[in-house]
Amino acid sequence: MDLYEYQARDVFEAHGVPVLAGAVATTAAQARAAAEQIGPKSGGVTVVKAQVKTGGRGKAGGVKVAKSAEEAEQLAGQILGMDIKGHTVHTVMIAQGAQIAEEYYFSILLDRANRTYLAMCSKEGGVEIEQLAVERPEALARVAVDPNVGVDEAKAQQIVAAAGFDAETGAKIVPVLQRLWDVYAGEDATLVEVNPLVKTADGQIVALDGKVTLDANADFRHPDHAALEDAAAADPLEAAAKEKGLNYVKLDGNVGIIGNGAGLVMSTLDVVAYAGEAVGSKPANFLDIGGGASAEVMANGLAIILGDEQVRSVFVNVFGGITSCDAVANGIVGALRTLGDGATKPLVVRLDGNNVEEGRRILAEFDHPLVTIEETMDGAASKAAELAAAAATPSN
Amino acid sequence: MAIFLTADSKVIVQGMTGSEGMKHTTRMLASGTRIVGGVNPRKAGTSVDFPGDVSVPVFGTVAEAMTETGADVSVVFVPPAFAKAAVVEAVDAGIGLLVVITEGIAVKDAAEFYNHSLGKGTRIIGPNCPGLISPGQSNAGIIPANISGPGRVGLVSKSGTLTYQMMYELRDFGFSSAVGIGGDPVIGTTHIDCLEAFENDPDTDAIVMIGEIGGDAEERAAAYVKEHVTKPVVGYVAGFTAPEGKTMGHAGAIVSGSAGTAQGKKEALEAAGVKVGRTPSETADLMRQIMQGLQT
Repeated sequence: MDLYEYQARDVFEAHGVPVLAGAVATTAAQARAAAEQIGPKSGGVTVVKAQVKTGGRGKAGGVKVAKSAEEAEQLAGQILGMDIKGHTVHTVMIAQGAQIAEEYYFSILLDRANRTYLAMCSKEGGVEIEQLAVERPEALARVAVDPNVGVDEAKAQQIVAAAGFDAETGAKIVPVLQRLWDVYAGEDATLVEVNPLVKTADGQIVALDGKVTLDANADFRHPDHAALEDAAAADPLEAAAKEKGLNYVKLDGNVGIIGNGAGLVMSTLDVVAYAGEAVGSKPANFLDIGGGASAEVMANGLAIILGDEQVRSVFVNVFGGITSCDAVANGIVGALRTLGDGATKPLVVRLDGNNVEEGRRILAEFDHPLVTIEETMDGAASKAAELAAAAATPSN
Repeated sequence: MAIFLTADSKVIVQGMTGSEGMKHTTRMLASGTRIVGGVNPRKAGTSVDFPGDVSVPVFGTVAEAMTETGADVSVVFVPPAFAKAAVVEAVDAGIGLLVVITEGIAVKDAAEFYNHSLGKGTRIIGPNCPGLISPGQSNAGIIPANISGPGRVGLVSKSGTLTYQMMYELRDFGFSSAVGIGGDPVIGTTHIDCLEAFENDPDTDAIVMIGEIGGDAEERAAAYVKEHVTKPVVGYVAGFTAPEGKTMGHAGAIVSGSAGTAQGKKEALEAAGVKVGRTPSETADLMRQIMQGLQT
């Protein structure tokens, strides 16, 4: 899960990372009230910052300096509702103004290739760091971090030395990097990025903007992380699937996809996309019912997909390893019985593997007019793509 | 022969007495695996009966199980919150091969146990993987043993069900070993490790490599194939239609920016001389042609 900037700020503060005062607002009036509180800390000046989970806010006009609470209100009114790279701004953060002397960059993240963590640091922050990494790689220090040791004082010193900081500035940054490591390890993050990390005119080191990605697999250690989730922003179908414990991602096509195992479902999306090229059909979703799914799980999955108004046909693709094909067949039967006359979308089913004969027998016996059984994954994908295309064009 | 797992492997199961552990120990025994013990500190000294009049002793620690049975392989079914402790215990006991089936392990835990294992002589497969099978010899994990028999194709895959699918498509040729390495961001054994082992295995003639979006493991594997692999390699990559920034089931299957796309992986593999199929069945056909060519 990616955090909003204001959430990252709060998490930083909780771990002792120096940050500026900030408060969120969802209306212009709230922004004014926040600016009245925070502004006096910085001579009346605040910064109004759009809270969206994408880069390039500044260029898009989502970050503006306000010299008064009135101006903060006015700017917040402009920024709220703005569209930044497809993200609508619902929240702004009113942040204390800062006299910036220098801008730096720091991040720590998982290095998948080396299976360690990687700390990156540069004296040249505040820019597109990907661009810096390509154009002037020597300006971006990369230091490996042992997951079992972390960023202790010695490692932090190594990082600031590699980035080329002078001794005085480096000494000020070292404890901040150790606090940022506390955020990374203590919160089970897979990314902590500060851009920019600034030195203010009076020589303080402050994390001015932060990006934090949290590992959902570690939620069992962090009951407080649930509150950071942005339930309002989630797609309603994705939220419903999550509630049922299903792994579902909404896409924008017309062929509903349900299968077992992440790899097979991804592969199914691809095969449907190829088959759909000729007829204009595309996959509508990713839905993995997982290993050893019961009839109930299968029925829940089908209900989610049939609830997607864009879906015109459904492709059920199961290779029974642990999952039993008879459970999948029973789930299909159960879901269609529950829907009764409400079921209108054709289902193409391909079953193979564990208990396939019994699965196919159950479906054959059920003999539902909407259900087609196909022998192969490729054949089923073509059939589902054709049916979706046919349903999209009125036949009269 | 085979890679990593043979008929001589003596296997213990950590978490054997849990429901998943019981179910899959039964299946592993039925497919001929030499299961010599289970580990559960609360049930040490007892034994568990399995179908076919098999009684498997339960030990308190991995070290004890190894001393008593000579086990050299452990399969881990321990729940995610306790998996790191189980892995560290097995590594410290000096197990040779450790197959971590558990799904949903935190990245931090996996990064810590993987780095802890370095230099200690343990090969970790997984986590979040189906394990590996050397058909007709031994089966450590949850791959159904009845999909395909022994043969001379080697298979390495990030995905469990695509492993099954590919074994099914090529069941007329059979497999020396099939290894599901898992799709998590941190895994113990990589495509490259398996490619190297298959290259050195006299009983493997050709290799199927299945990848998916996320990371750059396939690109690195492609570079390795170009330099070091003389046997024919066929590849498949899942996730061409996956959108950027959305996790597709596997924690590692996420496209971030331009990195980790299926197209980039396919191109890297093809540049290394690997034939890449557009679909699993097309990939199987490519391998079928190679095997038929080798047989004539």
